Amino acid sequence: MKIVKIITIVLLVAFVGIQFIPTTRNQSDTVPSTDFMLVNNVPETIQKKLQVSCYDCHSNNTQYPWYNKIQPVAWFLEDHIKEGKAELNFNEWDSLSSRRKASKLRSIIKQIENGEMPLDSYTLIHSEATFTEAEAEELINFITQLKDSL
Amino acid sequence: MSKLKSTLGIVAIAFITLTVMSCKDNSKEQNSTDGDHSEMNHDNSDGHHDGEKREMAMGGDSNTQAVLNDYFNLKNALVGDDNGKAKELGATLATSLGNFDASQYNDTQQSELKDIVEDAVEHAEHISESDIAHQREHFKVLSKDVIDMVAITGAEMKLYEQFCPMYDGGTAWLSTKEEVRNPYYGSQMLKCGKVQREIN
Repeated sequence: MKIVKIITIVLLVAFVGIQFIPTTRNQSDTVPSTDFMLVNNVPETIQKKLQVSCYDCHSNNTQYPWYNKIQPVAWFLEDHIKEGKAELNFNEWDSLSSRRKASKLRSIIKQIENGEMPLDSYTLIHSEATFTEAEAEELINFITQLKDSL
Repeated sequence: MSKLKSTLGIVAIAFITLTVMSCKDNSKEQNSTDGDHSEMNHDNSDGHHDGEKREMAMGGDSNTQAVLNDYFNLKNALVGDDNGKAKELGATLATSLGNFDASQYNDTQQSELKDIVEDAVEHAEHISESDIAHQREHFKVLSKDVIDMVAITGAEMKLYEQFCPMYDGGTAWLSTKEEVRNPYYGSQMLKCGKVQREIN
């Protein structure tokens, strides 16, 4: 019984302890002129959808959930955002060459088609981020057009 | 007093646990970069000691040759439907692409090559961690990159640009042999495709 108590206390202390480890937060007030929405003529419905479904991890500004400051959630989020931005940052879209843009657009199409994005761990909490079939089709059509016009 | 002691002890244990945990993460990262290094060395030792041919007008340099060799190995793995081998070779190709040195080319060519390499590295990296269907999707774009690269650098050997009209609206790749072995379908449709261009 005593050992259980000790373990519980240790875990509790560890939990409190990790709250003091700082994380980098992905937040910015400015939208750079290279942003995907600014350089492309994106229909409003698609703009909204991208903002809700993609921009949290693929731009410089995350709309954090309320629990974002609680560890180890914050680490998890930080990690995903870092990885997401490395793969694709919509804010820096226009700094890519045509070749890179074509590659990224192709990946976006494939990932939406295969339901790989948004991640399940994201839609679990952000149910509004899920793509309905119609929304997916609309986005894929738009992205395909954009790719062909490059 | 003893209560205070045990609390202190617990805090200390928690702290140590945390420290150990974070150290573990660090060493893991270090290991993986070490891995990359050894792969890089391995690649260099793979040996294309034809540096003296570099400036030749006929085209093709040791850099390009290293990339092409790794590209063809990867292509053959895909022809053989070998997902695991393609993963390994994708990583190898990413490394040889990373080592690509464009300094002998003019400014326009350099920026074009840099762009090609950057794109190709990303596809090669994805190939190193995907299932075979994904590998083939990435190989399509990777092939375009390599074809564009060869258009600038040239190649030392004779190459065949082959084309399969069925895969994803029509897709090309490079081969050293004239007979078609399709990397996009493998055994499913091994001979689907045709030679659409000969290089050299």
